[in-house]
Amino acid sequence: MSKIRVEGLKYRYPDMDSLVLDDLSFEVEKGAFIGIVGENTAGKSTLCYALTGLVPHFFKGAYGGNVLIDNIDVKQSEISDVTSKAGLVFDQPFSQMTGSKTTVYEEIAFGLENSGVEREEMRIRIDNSLRLMDIEHLQNKNPYDLSGGQMQRVAIASVLAMKPDVIVLDEPTSQLDPQGSDEVFQVIAKLAESGITIIMAEHKLEKLAEYASKILLLHKGKQIAYGSPKEVFSRDDILEYGIAPPVYVRIAKALKLKNKAGFYPITLDGLKQQWNVGDE
Amino acid sequence: MMAEINVRELHFSYYPDQEILKGINLHFKEKSAAIIGQNGAGKTTLVKLFKGLLKPVKGDVLINATNTKEITAAKLANQIGLVFQNPNDQIFKSNVIDEVKYGPLMIGFTEKEASIQADLALEAVGLRGLEQVNPYDLSLYERKMISIASILAMDTPIVIFDEPTMGQDSQGKERIKAIINRLRQEGKLVLSIIHDMDFAADVFERAIVMKDGQILLDGEPREIFAEVELLKEAYLEQPNVTRIGRELGAERVFLNEKELIDWLKIQHATLQ
Repeated sequence: MSKIRVEGLKYRYPDMDSLVLDDLSFEVEKGAFIGIVGENTAGKSTLCYALTGLVPHFFKGAYGGNVLIDNIDVKQSEISDVTSKAGLVFDQPFSQMTGSKTTVYEEIAFGLENSGVEREEMRIRIDNSLRLMDIEHLQNKNPYDLSGGQMQRVAIASVLAMKPDVIVLDEPTSQLDPQGSDEVFQVIAKLAESGITIIMAEHKLEKLAEYASKILLLHKGKQIAYGSPKEVFSRDDILEYGIAPPVYVRIAKALKLKNKAGFYPITLDGLKQQWNVGDE
Repeated sequence: MMAEINVRELHFSYYPDQEILKGINLHFKEKSAAIIGQNGAGKTTLVKLFKGLLKPVKGDVLINATNTKEITAAKLANQIGLVFQNPNDQIFKSNVIDEVKYGPLMIGFTEKEASIQADLALEAVGLRGLEQVNPYDLSLYERKMISIASILAMDTPIVIFDEPTMGQDSQGKERIKAIINRLRQEGKLVLSIIHDMDFAADVFERAIVMKDGQILLDGEPREIFAEVELLKEAYLEQPNVTRIGRELGAERVFLNEKELIDWLKIQHATLQ
């Protein structure tokens, strides 16, 4: 059974004329790491909201089709039931901090306190989240004294403490420096390995090529492709969707370095290998 | 039009015991320069000192021969524009056109001049048609473009960007590259704090690497991005294109994809 099933999903914001999501259908296995790619206006953020119930529970408008998480229909469920299954991380870590807590530890505790988790269970979950996000050493610091990468890991830890099966991230590294982005990608990949399903909208395609198991390519709300990073990034028509594929693909394309299966390399090692094969 | 910054023995600290900038000497005249370095290196503090929003603790910053200590930031606003990293720190009007016209009106443009400037600026960032929209109904990347347009509209001889490409897709990056190139053609001085090394290598005429409140490297991008070890010291990596070239056996330092691909094509042809 798939963890997430999206069937013919259509959505339009209340004050807009056209569909932002136009007939999306895909399934996600448990523990997969899915990258959502597409130019700005492709519908990436809106899909993140639909997967976590903000659409249609918070953002009203016209909604059609289904989003099922563990066979539970997001539209038919209470939003609190959805968020306990699928947590959302935004692009700006700063705007996700409660603003009322003076330590990282309390910040992560906030959501748990709100949902009435028992004290002992709370401690276990917070310690676990701190460890998984590699921020144990920051637990007594003020969240606002942290770097962007550290703050984003606190935001993810806060979501993680709620024990969701699915974590949806909307461009979580777009406001971070390269080091901060690396930190976030590494901890996210670790979460996917531990069985948490990851859905991430992202512009850093080199990183997605390295970490994601599948790529969903959107354009003007439509689903263009859903497949392995190699498959999607090797598409000859990818530029038409406003996407510059990873730099390794661009270089390989210019040199016509495809492998036998018809794919371009998506990593530096892949490119090196293909370059050497090409020489022979 | 003058576009010059002189920085002499600049020291700055927010708290007495914590020096952020530790004796910076720099001179800029026209041209474009990328300011790179890890978070906390002092980059944003430095450009805030250029803009006059902060005043030196020791040393001087001269903008076109005016010492920032002797003038308010508001009086400097017609000479130097700064696009903040976070557009939410900059945007406060309830529609796009008022936001973009605000700067030019403040520095003495007439209503008509401000309208023309705003129009051109919105064209440059690709937001024509959204004049009456509330900026906060737009996405973060669009707000970033609005904050860029607001500064462009002021037509200052010096323009500084703080992380302009953050959150932009490939099309947005191309647009920002075109804006920087156009500003350079107009003879302006363009500085940008930038984390995207490939963008820095491709677009700018000079690269300055900061580390711990000091200048670690300063020169032409081709020299600077060759310094693998020194870059590492500043926790930075070479641009992807430079690194790929090196990994594929090139001794040259490539600054953009075209250079790299051209070289690889020649290699390819000679080997066959």
